[in-house]
Amino acid sequence: MADTPILLREQQYHQIKAVLARLRMDSAAKVVFLVDKDGQEIASLGEVGNLDTTSLASLTAGNVAATGGMAQLIGEKEFPTLSHEGEKESIHISVIGRLLLVVMFDERSSLGLVKLRSKQVSQQLASMFDEVASNDYDDDSPFAGITDEDIDSLFS
Amino acid sequence: MTFINYASREINCKIVYYGPGLCGKTTNLQYIFDSTAPQARGKLISLATETDRTLFFDFMPLELGTVRGFKTRFHLYTVPGQVFYDASRKLILKGVDGVVFVADSQEERMDANIESLYNLEENLKSQGYDLMKIPYVLQLNKRDLGNVVPVEDLAAELQRKGEPVVEAVAATGAGVFDTLKAVAKQVLTELRKG
Repeated sequence: MADTPILLREQQYHQIKAVLARLRMDSAAKVVFLVDKDGQEIASLGEVGNLDTTSLASLTAGNVAATGGMAQLIGEKEFPTLSHEGEKESIHISVIGRLLLVVMFDERSSLGLVKLRSKQVSQQLASMFDEVASNDYDDDSPFAGITDEDIDSLFS
Repeated sequence: MTFINYASREINCKIVYYGPGLCGKTTNLQYIFDSTAPQARGKLISLATETDRTLFFDFMPLELGTVRGFKTRFHLYTVPGQVFYDASRKLILKGVDGVVFVADSQEERMDANIESLYNLEENLKSQGYDLMKIPYVLQLNKRDLGNVVPVEDLAAELQRKGEPVVEAVAATGAGVFDTLKAVAKQVLTELRKG
């Protein structure tokens, strides 16, 4: 069967966002976002504007999955960080368990600073997500009562 | 893996279109993209070769509406069908919630269908999934061509567990949304179980 769903509670979401906000400030980054390894965006923060964070999340996961595959071929477990430096904009990705922490930055910051600050929050984000991953449905789960009509209405 | 965000009230699910090379996986996504209102979908990202063969995956987020106050977003992926891209196919199956197998109905592609279906079962297994237990739909594509295998014969050969079988012509859109609906329904039904 498919995996058990991940349930992100409102309070946990805000806690994660608070950590990302601090990271963004400390690293002078433009955008910080958190993605799970399957490509689902968990939270994003910063100068998001017209940025297509959904596509970025999916491509980040694809990128990490592909380099992870390369790592295994050469006998490494994974490559824990990835950096892509452009002329103006750059991206740094840290692999934290099943989370991917993505920091977008420009000339106002530097790769060294972003790496340092990302590492400093890794542990905290990992334990927060462990808690998220252990969430279970409440007894009053809104999904228990989904009817066939609810589902059909999505396609009408 | 279904991801439910109570803060943004969103349900995110991942659906993968699988099948042999040139069976019409990307065409399915392209049709959905072309016939969906821009506000209901994101960009169609295609990581393709210069000759438009899928190199890694195609991706498109699609919002279908709300269920119980939660926005339902489906992340649609295709895999590269060509045999030698197997490593990529395995990666894309990670976290999958539902699979569509797009079979090419042409007689000469029968062996390719069987090989690809076997490959799907193996790759799902390597990611810890069981085809027999995962939301799954069999689409018989290219029904408009002259040299197609009869539906009953294709179903007898390719159907695994009584899954919905949808006849399609992805290039014109016939059966494309029926397929999506059939798999989305199964994925959302899984949510009831928790």
